[in-house]
Amino acid sequence: MSNILSGIAYILFAPLVGGLLAGIDRKITAHMQRRKGPPLLQSFYDVFKLCSKQGISVNRVQDFYVGGFLLFVIISGIFFFTHGDILLVVFTLTLASVCLIVAAYSSNSPYSQLGAERELLQTMSYEPMLLMMSIGFYLTFGTFNLADIVSGPQIGILYMPGLFFGLCYILIIKFRKSPFDLSMSHEAHQELIKGIATEFSGRTLAMVEVAHWYENIFLLGFVYLYFVWSAPYSPLIGIAACAVVFVLEILIDNCCSRVKWQRVLTSSWLVSLVAGFVNLLVLMSLR
Amino acid sequence: MSYMKKSPWIIHYDGSSCNGCDIETLACLTPLYDAERFGVINTGNPKHADIFLVTGAVNAQNLPVVRQIYSQMPEPKAVVAIGICACSGGVFRECYNIMGGVDKAIPVDVYVPGCAARPEAIIDGIVQALDILEKKREALRSGKVEELESKDSLPPMPEKTKRKEATP
Amino acid sequence: MALLGLLIGIPALASLVLLVMRDDRKRGIFVKIAAAATAATAIATAITFFGSASTSFRIGSEVFTKTILVLEVVLCAVILWLTFSAKRILIGLLSIVQTALIVWFELTAGDKLHVQKDIVIDRFVIIMIVIVGVIGSTITVYALGYMKDFQKKAGSVPDRRPFFFFVMYLFLAAMFGLVLSNNLLNMYFCWEITSLSSFLLIGYTRTPEAQHNSFRALWMNLLGGAAFALAIVILGIYYGTVEITQMISIGKAGASVVLPACLLVFAGLTKAAQMPFSSWLLGAMVAPTPTSALLHSSTMVKAGVFLIIRISPVLGENQAGIMAMFVGGMTFLFASFAAISQSNGKKVLAYSTISNLGLIVCCAGIGTFEAVWTAIMLVMFHAVAKSLMFLTVGTAEHHVGSRNIESFDGLFSEMPQLAICMAVGICGMFLAPFGMLISKWAAMKAFIDSGHALLLLVLVFGSSATFFFWTKWLGKITAIVPGKRNIEGSVHKEEWFAIKGLAVLTIVVCILFPVLSAQLVVPYLHEVFHTEMQVISNDNLMIMSFMVVLLVVLPLLAFGKSHKKLVNTNLSGENMGDDLTFRGAMDVPVPVSLRNWYMTDWFGEKKMTAIGSAVCIAAIIIEFAALFGGELHV
Repeated sequence: MSNILSGIAYILFAPLVGGLLAGIDRKITAHMQRRKGPPLLQSFYDVFKLCSKQGISVNRVQDFYVGGFLLFVIISGIFFFTHGDILLVVFTLTLASVCLIVAAYSSNSPYSQLGAERELLQTMSYEPMLLMMSIGFYLTFGTFNLADIVSGPQIGILYMPGLFFGLCYILIIKFRKSPFDLSMSHEAHQELIKGIATEFSGRTLAMVEVAHWYENIFLLGFVYLYFVWSAPYSPLIGIAACAVVFVLEILIDNCCSRVKWQRVLTSSWLVSLVAGFVNLLVLMSLR
Repeated sequence: MSYMKKSPWIIHYDGSSCNGCDIETLACLTPLYDAERFGVINTGNPKHADIFLVTGAVNAQNLPVVRQIYSQMPEPKAVVAIGICACSGGVFRECYNIMGGVDKAIPVDVYVPGCAARPEAIIDGIVQALDILEKKREALRSGKVEELESKDSLPPMPEKTKRKEATP
Repeated sequence: MALLGLLIGIPALASLVLLVMRDDRKRGIFVKIAAAATAATAIATAITFFGSASTSFRIGSEVFTKTILVLEVVLCAVILWLTFSAKRILIGLLSIVQTALIVWFELTAGDKLHVQKDIVIDRFVIIMIVIVGVIGSTITVYALGYMKDFQKKAGSVPDRRPFFFFVMYLFLAAMFGLVLSNNLLNMYFCWEITSLSSFLLIGYTRTPEAQHNSFRALWMNLLGGAAFALAIVILGIYYGTVEITQMISIGKAGASVVLPACLLVFAGLTKAAQMPFSSWLLGAMVAPTPTSALLHSSTMVKAGVFLIIRISPVLGENQAGIMAMFVGGMTFLFASFAAISQSNGKKVLAYSTISNLGLIVCCAGIGTFEAVWTAIMLVMFHAVAKSLMFLTVGTAEHHVGSRNIESFDGLFSEMPQLAICMAVGICGMFLAPFGMLISKWAAMKAFIDSGHALLLLVLVFGSSATFFFWTKWLGKITAIVPGKRNIEGSVHKEEWFAIKGLAVLTIVVCILFPVLSAQLVVPYLHEVFHTEMQVISNDNLMIMSFMVVLLVVLPLLAFGKSHKKLVNTNLSGENMGDDLTFRGAMDVPVPVSLRNWYMTDWFGEKKMTAIGSAVCIAAIIIEFAALFGGELHV
């Protein structure tokens, strides 16, 4: 019952929190650059504005795929917040990103396709780490089930510092932050215009935006998992950790410039191999 | 409540100019003026943009380009001609290849004169465009899409250009 | 028993009839009847034996054994004649050695052996029979339409279609024989027939390239056959049996059967085209597409993994098991990487087959309940989805004029139905709610529970590579390219039947996943391992099934229903208006050409094959060395 409630809460409140986080992100970034920055609710203004624009499209199928992206992101979030299986969450997330990539491909536009290609590469870069993270939880808690992970007696971060570092590393890709914002950036104008989202406009773009809000919430949920255990006050620690990681990602975003795809692939695979795999080996020997 | 005025996304195109207005436009997007305060984002993509900033005059070469960018923008949309060249052709007006101001190619909503136009003037022009956007949004919401589109429709191609327009 | 006779008899008889049938129309009707009969017998067999856990038969006839022996000698003679006339004597010698070994064994030691169970039918065999029966015969129907176009397009290739269909059906008959046999001697005979048939099919066009590739396939498979023969001899002489079930019970009782197991695994590796033997499967691409579909999905390579899965209870933490795990795992990884760099559709499919088989072999090598569950599931899903992929690529090739994925640009506009079927196949190969991915999920669990960290590493990186190359293919075919004409009208009825049938089958199998697992795979494994466990919880399986349904229903509801105003794509204001060209310098129209990433410098075929083969050869040598070293020391 509480699972269903938290699932409904996710559907209702995740976009609110996600949009707010996006606003906070822009505010912090602005202050780092010594300017005032947009209002806190700017992301909501943007999305509402997009919804009031005229509907234009380059073909008749794009909206369907983007809708699929939003739908499956929400579904994977629901799996997460109703304490489903962590691998199920990761796989459904992959399905969602396939929808977005196919949407970009379907437009047959050079900017979109190059964006899609880069998005594919980014997915290939972070996927091993996400899977290793799930394996790490399985090794530590003996289950892929999120309910047991959250209420387990072990404190995840103590067992999996390497995997946590790896997760933070690939979150740069997932949050679409510099230096790894190859396929689509949250900032203005990049060399691919808007990469994967170039051909989306109006409501379609708003859907992509909202999907990202949903996505960011349960990505931070992964961070949260490392810091909660059976103690009643641990959720506070978890939320604090999410906040720290979030600010850290913004800091990285503002300190780095975009790199070539080779760097994205090699560095994230290297981090997965060194931090992630070594951590896994230790966990396996502890078993 | 309208969000159109709170989130103007712009696209900037520089035509046949001395690049003075171009630089000034970029200058007003720097952290000093912090245009993001007003929700302004330089998208560089007609499909995401609400306001089209054009600097410089229109010549035979770039006329179809300006028209195409304009036609790819979803309603409601507004055009701001920045600098005297964009308004009327300026010192280049009599050149063999110049068509004249931007209004020879697309309907212009706000004219920002100056050589070069100052960032303050540019920001003011954008703010004026917001009101126009808002009016157009009202029209769009009350279902007058066709009326709006005919008002924003492209003027005929000037005879001076030899380039053919590519229309879908 | 009579039913089993029919099962092998119908395709065998059909093959002989087809050899002499010259008329196109008659052949068309006959093949359809034969295919229907084969599939029907397979299903009837499945239903008959479904109820009982495991049924065994004893043939016990001296005449039968002798006939098989004579046929084996004939087979050897055929191979000798083929190799000698092509001046490839070494390959012929390989055949002589193994046949001599088997003949010597049968005439001396083999006579004294009393085989109790010549044929064993359990639920795994039922699965295999249905796969071979249904998918194999569907492919032969597809071949009817395909070969018509093929002969038209390849003018210089002599029309040897009677021979082609003869070998196809022979193949099916041999495959049925193979999966039914518990007696290794009979299995060996079928094994050799499949080697020969694949050789004949690959060399069908008789071009120099085809000849070359077919001989490569032959020697690699004969090498495996030699290992197989040696395994039989060792089993017969030292352990006094030639039955798989006996071998397993000896192994489980504590005695070491590692040496024959190693040899059998080696034979399986060659047949399943694992590195370093992967090149024969890639070479097989020169053959007409139905051949590839048959080799890759339901027969041949499946024979290899069938054998390894069959003996998986005696694998695990011994040299044979580790060899299978390591070679399978590495093949999975490097073949997946190599697939990234390929733009030839059939080659991508070939590498993906090799990599998936690698995963199957790896799981079978672990030999635990979970791992074998995964292996069998992978066999099923791979058979359905891969045959579908091959058939769609074959048809697309004939109509688009190339098998290069780059030329499938906008297939959605040209051949919408085919593109949808292809998309189903691609999704079936890697995407979330579909069977292959669930199997990978289970593989991950199996690897963790058996404590193989290295395999986990291989799996996570390998599957991210699979994601990359499948999605970019999916992207290519779903691109909406304007100005394309629908050219689907000329696709033969037979081809549609096979393609659409398999597409539906792929979806149905994915939806019925939980049922298949509970009714077929788990009971089989229970019988073999005497334990019961839930590899993936039922809830999750149900969720996955539901998601497949969602993925099927959603497009029906909403696909292409958008009514937005259409505008041009963004080409920086220089779009010529048709979305296909932009205005370049000097006002010259320049066509927009979009190409996928192949990253050849990173994942080049040569590099990946070289590394993969080196690692796998090393693994094989080390395991054999460890085996003999261990024997010597003890």
